[in-house]
Amino acid sequence: MTEYLSLSLILFTIGAVGVLVRRNAIVVFMCIELMLNATNLALVAFAHQHGNLDGQIAAFFVMVVAAAEVVVGLAIIVSIYRTRRSASVDDADLLKG
Amino acid sequence: MTAFWTLAPVMVVAALGLLFARKAVHAALCLAVVMISLAVQYAALGAPFLFAVQIIVYTGAIMMLFLFVLMLVGVDTSDSLKETIAGQRLAATVVGLLFGVVAVLAIGQTVTGAVTGLGQANENGNPFGLAELLFGPYVLAFELTSALLITAALGAMVLAHRERLGARASQATLAERRMREYAETGRHPGNPPTPGVYARDNAVDLPARLPDGTSAPDSVSQVLRDRGQVRPAPGAKDPVDPADTTDTGPREVEE
Repeated sequence: MTEYLSLSLILFTIGAVGVLVRRNAIVVFMCIELMLNATNLALVAFAHQHGNLDGQIAAFFVMVVAAAEVVVGLAIIVSIYRTRRSASVDDADLLKG
Repeated sequence: MTAFWTLAPVMVVAALGLLFARKAVHAALCLAVVMISLAVQYAALGAPFLFAVQIIVYTGAIMMLFLFVLMLVGVDTSDSLKETIAGQRLAATVVGLLFGVVAVLAIGQTVTGAVTGLGQANENGNPFGLAELLFGPYVLAFELTSALLITAALGAMVLAHRERLGARASQATLAERRMREYAETGRHPGNPPTPGVYARDNAVDLPARLPDGTSAPDSVSQVLRDRGQVRPAPGAKDPVDPADTTDTGPREVEE
């Protein structure tokens, strides 16, 4: 149990650092997916620990929401790329004060 | 636990690859490795349904979408190493490491009871147990999922749709524009000439030869001209490059 949670935390941390460090919007998005996957692993591990399936249901819903989120997020990235010819998060600074 | 200890190092290394890969495609491949390994972990944790869903939804649909957008946006867009906020990368790494160490230590000190295992919950099969929960207590959330998916599909269509700003140019306006260009700049209104066809060469990087012996630079694609990959036509009397006029022997490919 502890090792599954530790692995989940390590993956989550790597994803969080990736979101902060990477500049390419698509890679940032992949890091968000990594964080979602890490929480899924924790949920499934908890379901295994407690012997009921609620954790697996939660992981299932996370997957559904992640799929919807990826579709909308990638559409946003494509439309940003169309107007700015760049997928770097540094170039989308129109709201800067 | 064998599956766990075999795959955990692979997963951590692949996740680190997501951090350090310069090219976005390499990062996507690393993420695919993590996701497939996660699917195997699910199978080892008594979740065969989630194993299948993980493979189908994540590695099948989501990674394909990622790669599709990567190809659309351009594979060459690798990360710049220039920092816009000074010291941000170092600060993010330090904070991330601190978070990870603190969280793993906290997890390590918690006391967990004995693992119950899913033997009883999965006695009718894992998908059966999941379905009983999904269409029982969680049915409202399940119904809401459909609304979410429809909204996401509509949102993606609206976001990716490009509105046409002006009327579409008809054939008549195109012809008129071409003729006006011919009157003003002298640009020929017809098709540009095709690249050269010679006894030994029929290649797109060789310009066609005009009746007076000079070559027609228009006949080669603009891309090749910009890259400087146009080869001189054999035997062309180009005023700019007289050395080529005598070249009728076996021609070497210039680099």
